Amino acid sequence: MELERFSYDNKIVRNFAVATLVWGIVGMLVGLVVALQLVWPDANAGEMLTFGRTRPVHTNAIIFAFVGNGIFAGVYYSLQRLLKARMFSDFLSKVNFWGWQSIIVLAAVSLLLGKTTGKEYAELEWPIDILIALVWVSFGINMLGTILKRRERHLYVAIWFYIATFVTVAMLHIVNSIEIPVSLFKSYSWYAGVQDALVQWWYGHNAVAFFLTTPYLGLMYYFIPKAANRPVYSYKLSIIHFWALIFLYIWAGPHHLLYSALPDWAQSLGTVFSIMLIAPSWGGMLNGLLTLRGAWDTVRENPVLKFMVVAVTCYGMATFEGPMMSLKSVNAISHFTDWTIGHTHVGGLGWNGFLTFGMMYWLIPKLYNTKLHSVRMANIHFWLGTLGIVFYVVPMYFAGITQSLMWKEFNPDGTLAYPNFLETVLQIKYAYAMRAFGGSLYLAGAVVMVLNLIKTAAAGSLVANEDAEAPALAKVYQAKAGSHWHRVIERRPVQMLVFSLVLVAVGGLVELVPTFLIKSNIPTISSVKPYTPLELQGRDIYIREGCYTCHSQMIRPFRSETARYGEYSKAGEFVYDHPFQWGSKRNGPDLQREGGKRNNAWHFLHLMNPRQTSTGSTMPTYEWLIKHELDTASTAAKINAMITLGVPYPEGYASQANNDLMKQAEEISADLAKADIEVPSTREIVAVIAYLQRLGTDIKVKDEVVKTAEPVQPETTPTASTDTTATVAQTGE
Amino acid sequence: MGVIYILIGASFLVAAIFLVAFIWAIRSDQYKDDYTPSVRMLHDNPPKQKSNTTD
Repeated sequence: MELERFSYDNKIVRNFAVATLVWGIVGMLVGLVVALQLVWPDANAGEMLTFGRTRPVHTNAIIFAFVGNGIFAGVYYSLQRLLKARMFSDFLSKVNFWGWQSIIVLAAVSLLLGKTTGKEYAELEWPIDILIALVWVSFGINMLGTILKRRERHLYVAIWFYIATFVTVAMLHIVNSIEIPVSLFKSYSWYAGVQDALVQWWYGHNAVAFFLTTPYLGLMYYFIPKAANRPVYSYKLSIIHFWALIFLYIWAGPHHLLYSALPDWAQSLGTVFSIMLIAPSWGGMLNGLLTLRGAWDTVRENPVLKFMVVAVTCYGMATFEGPMMSLKSVNAISHFTDWTIGHTHVGGLGWNGFLTFGMMYWLIPKLYNTKLHSVRMANIHFWLGTLGIVFYVVPMYFAGITQSLMWKEFNPDGTLAYPNFLETVLQIKYAYAMRAFGGSLYLAGAVVMVLNLIKTAAAGSLVANEDAEAPALAKVYQAKAGSHWHRVIERRPVQMLVFSLVLVAVGGLVELVPTFLIKSNIPTISSVKPYTPLELQGRDIYIREGCYTCHSQMIRPFRSETARYGEYSKAGEFVYDHPFQWGSKRNGPDLQREGGKRNNAWHFLHLMNPRQTSTGSTMPTYEWLIKHELDTASTAAKINAMITLGVPYPEGYASQANNDLMKQAEEISADLAKADIEVPSTREIVAVIAYLQRLGTDIKVKDEVVKTAEPVQPETTPTASTDTTATVAQTGE
Repeated sequence: MGVIYILIGASFLVAAIFLVAFIWAIRSDQYKDDYTPSVRMLHDNPPKQKSNTTD
């Protein structure tokens, strides 16, 4: 067999590696800012830099910029070598690189400007969503093209992980991003309420699975054997690992919605699959670690392996903890607390971060045909990073459990032991400070790495095209000349059947989905009404400011929650919520029943300066809401979009919506004037107050009707908090 | 809750793609040899003599 000469494209790998390092530092720096904002509210430096906007920048930067570029760097390096072929198209490689970097820049800018869909980890607005899909597909074509022109018949297990990543992420992204544009940078999710929540967490969970896990497992199966120069412990196990993981992972999403308004059977299904996931996850973890059996002495010497061992160990911890957290009894404690934040950072800092670092220490010297500048610096980085993880994660566990137990603590007389939510925040502020310290250690380590790698690159020179040679792949099957292409399919009845089924399914989905979704948005609770135009505008400002990053709108059916917040959430209450705003973390109290609890003046003062009404509050100030004029020009388009989505506004309502809006705004403005607060009715804060006062009241109204129907009603204190718990059946716990 | 059928459908679609891939992998003898690929990936075989490709 004749040897073919070709070269590997190293330049694209180098470019992605540089992007990984740059965005990694940026993402971690923003993370540190976010951490500090929870300790010192003054760190919320102005409109564009409040927690609600910086937190999505942090999560998106780490997931899609740092880890995303890490995936591309690792895949572009390993794929070429495993397939003994240059990338299919240098042009597509460049499209992938520049396209991805421009998405990142657009994402950062748009998120800071408050352009967000309000769906966690899918916050980017529709034009960027389309760009992501295009760039992702160009990556997929490039990868599949390379696979087709490979010179190595066997597809090494890492490649299977890469393929699964591409296919699944493409589907997740498209399904979750179906939205109706209102303007260039504003859209509403096609789904509403419970449906939106389900789609979002199906996406969110699988983004963890297929963006943060499968590609990195592929990288693990390539870079650990390479760095240790020994084959993986069991190749057979790696194959089982892959197929088992792929078939189980996608069904576990509902575990993010335990005790929510999601039907019980869906919750249980998610839990069962989550528990089953331990098996393949740990199989993979052990396979990675056991690769180093009999070579642990090299781990002591080699910083690359050190990082990778910690990474794989963290993977093992996170994939044990994850299933545990999806047990309902554990989730009752962990959900909405910092426990989740701790859990994600075992994965993020430990698994993704450390595997990336290990990969970079191995890759950069190879690309520049030189040795690592300083092993000592790499060791310093290793210890800064490891201590950083410990100082980050442990306080988060303490914070999460402490706060959850405080939320659930009752006095002997049956009242809440800590009725003021703020008490439970102040109790764990020390942990937030320690977490920021841990984060800065981790960041310092990363800076040391970047310096080390810059010196390394300077000492060598980039091997942009690395020569290689391999025999061409022998053809196994030769199609008979002249026979029709269709014959090939016809000869394979099983594949043909599957193919047709797939086509039919796609066709059916495209046709049925829209109508069918809108139909299921018909309210099941008659008192639930669409938002008024002012409330709708207020809701969009609530989304813009990222209020959902700290405030949930989902009261679980526990006595501790109904006693604190009011009647638990019902699925039927959210039918007009595009998007849903259930949240995933309570840095502040739940707001589902906020409407009517406090008067307009309180909300005004609280938004102006939270510490004026609640001493010690960590919430940012929102003084610009008073300065900004409400954008009433968009009202008509928004109402029309809602009508398209099936929200029952009267026909032609869009044209008169602003009249209603102004009327309601003037009422609120007049009410504020009674408390000596002079604010024009056209300012944004009025809309936000309108929305907050509406929250959860649809069901409350019904309760009050029931109450007034009772014969004797001793004292009514309209300004006091409306406590509906008396009428609520005590459930849960 | 109608949307759950879309999610199940989409998930099944992906699962079906993987099932086809799995059957293909078995049929085309991808897993006939479950040891040597793990060793082979360790060798990158740079060319013996210098080529004329430039950086």
